[in-house]
Amino acid sequence: MGVGITVENLNAWFSKHHALHDVNMKVDANKCTAVIGPSGCGKSTFIRCINRMHEVIPEARATGSVRIGDVDIYNGTSAVQVRRRVGMVFQRPNPFPSMTVFDNVAAGLKLNGIAPGKAELEEVVERALRGAALWDEVKDTMKKKSGASLSGGQQQRLCIARTMAVEPEVVLMDEPCSALDPISTGKIEELIFQIKEKYTIVIVTHNMQQAARVAEFTGFFLMGRLIEFDRTEKIFTTPSDKRTEDYITGRFG
Amino acid sequence: MARANNQQVAPLSLGRKFADQGATLLAAGCVVLVLVPLLAIFGYLLYKGFGSLNLDFLTKTPAPPGEVGGGMANAIAGSVLILGLASLIGVPIGIGAGVYLSEYGRGSRFGNLVRFTSDVLNGVPSIIIGITAYALVVLTRGHFSALAGGAALGIMMIPTITRTTEEMLLLVPHTLREASYGLGVSKWRTTLSITLRTATSGVITGCMLAFARIAGETAPLLFTAFGNTYWNWNLDQPTAALPLQIFNYAISPYDDWHRQAWAGALILIILIVFSVAAVRLAVSRGTLNSAQ
Repeated sequence: MGVGITVENLNAWFSKHHALHDVNMKVDANKCTAVIGPSGCGKSTFIRCINRMHEVIPEARATGSVRIGDVDIYNGTSAVQVRRRVGMVFQRPNPFPSMTVFDNVAAGLKLNGIAPGKAELEEVVERALRGAALWDEVKDTMKKKSGASLSGGQQQRLCIARTMAVEPEVVLMDEPCSALDPISTGKIEELIFQIKEKYTIVIVTHNMQQAARVAEFTGFFLMGRLIEFDRTEKIFTTPSDKRTEDYITGRFG
Repeated sequence: MARANNQQVAPLSLGRKFADQGATLLAAGCVVLVLVPLLAIFGYLLYKGFGSLNLDFLTKTPAPPGEVGGGMANAIAGSVLILGLASLIGVPIGIGAGVYLSEYGRGSRFGNLVRFTSDVLNGVPSIIIGITAYALVVLTRGHFSALAGGAALGIMMIPTITRTTEEMLLLVPHTLREASYGLGVSKWRTTLSITLRTATSGVITGCMLAFARIAGETAPLLFTAFGNTYWNWNLDQPTAALPLQIFNYAISPYDDWHRQAWAGALILIILIVFSVAAVRLAVSRGTLNSAQ
């Protein structure tokens, strides 16, 4: 099951550049929350702070509090523990090219040393691939073909399956469709609808129609600040901030 | 053709056609230039050495000076022993240092120091590395040994392997590391199972380059392994090696030894080609071809 996320006074820096200013947000469990805003507004940085991926970049740091359920991830937990509960799907599909499709899905369990027995692992992989609507396309070749041999859209669904196989509570998606064609994008959006029964989803997107289609809540970022956060219908019909209105009506960005 | 079917597309000008063909020709010419010395050396070795290759050469120890016959069996075995030892020392240290430089020591002062030292080590004449191994191993153990020879050659392998490993790991896209971190995998496990595994073929190439380079080294073995006219399997004793034996035979006054030196050189080349090919084959069997 998904859990809620509470972000309080989150600030993030790249070296001296102050990328996020005092962000506060409460994300509901088992809902899809979209993060929109012009390029460079800090939306990717924001979701990378939710699984402590931000600190992977040299000289990047973050302060404030992010609670996943009841756990404050910046106090007393390791980044590795956090990331097992908060999965991430990236902008460009990034399957492991040295592994088969099957091993890609099993990678999270195997590399974390929590792989179950062989039969159970097969079950987990099948469930994850079915969950990502990829099973029928790869079931015959998944133990022979490399993950990199799939098409772009298939690769991204493989990455979603890989993320789901470790059964996180939150799934972060950083523009998961920006490198995909419309048909693959449609499949991923359908998938988001299905999987939010089990996970809390936060998705960064450049595409406002996509935000309107998949998300119950939407946050608008501008220059490192969260300008407005509300129900998606509200943001797209009657935003309370002038800047939000300007952005969604295409006056800038 | 283009002109006949499509009026819009202008045909290539003569100059561009000429430049295109010229560049292709130039590249092909360079390939020939690379292959000619290689084939010439191999052909000349075959011509000079093949006649002296026989069962005795591969199974017997050297005959006493002046006598005809005997072989280099002990030198072949000694070379395998010393090169094996050198790889045991050079490969793990070289790969380890390369991993450090690429994954941990990026931009750090110590990392830069290691990189600089490694480049300097690469330029140190092999005879000096031999002297170092002499001082470190031979003098402390009290006698020449295969161990000292292996240490000298192993040290020579380190810089090549370190720098190629570093370069190959840097080629692995950062997004793959992030994908692994995103699954909650620790950094060391990511480095081992994702980064190194993705770069396997390049890292192996580096190891093979280093191996091929040291396999023919003579100078560092002169006062480390020293050479031996008899069989020796004791790592702590003077040991024969092909390059040493070739050197000794080539400067001797005996015609039969000269012929054997040619045969020895041929065997040395075959040994190198064979081991490189064998490792390549083993690795390509074990890794997944992402184009499949």
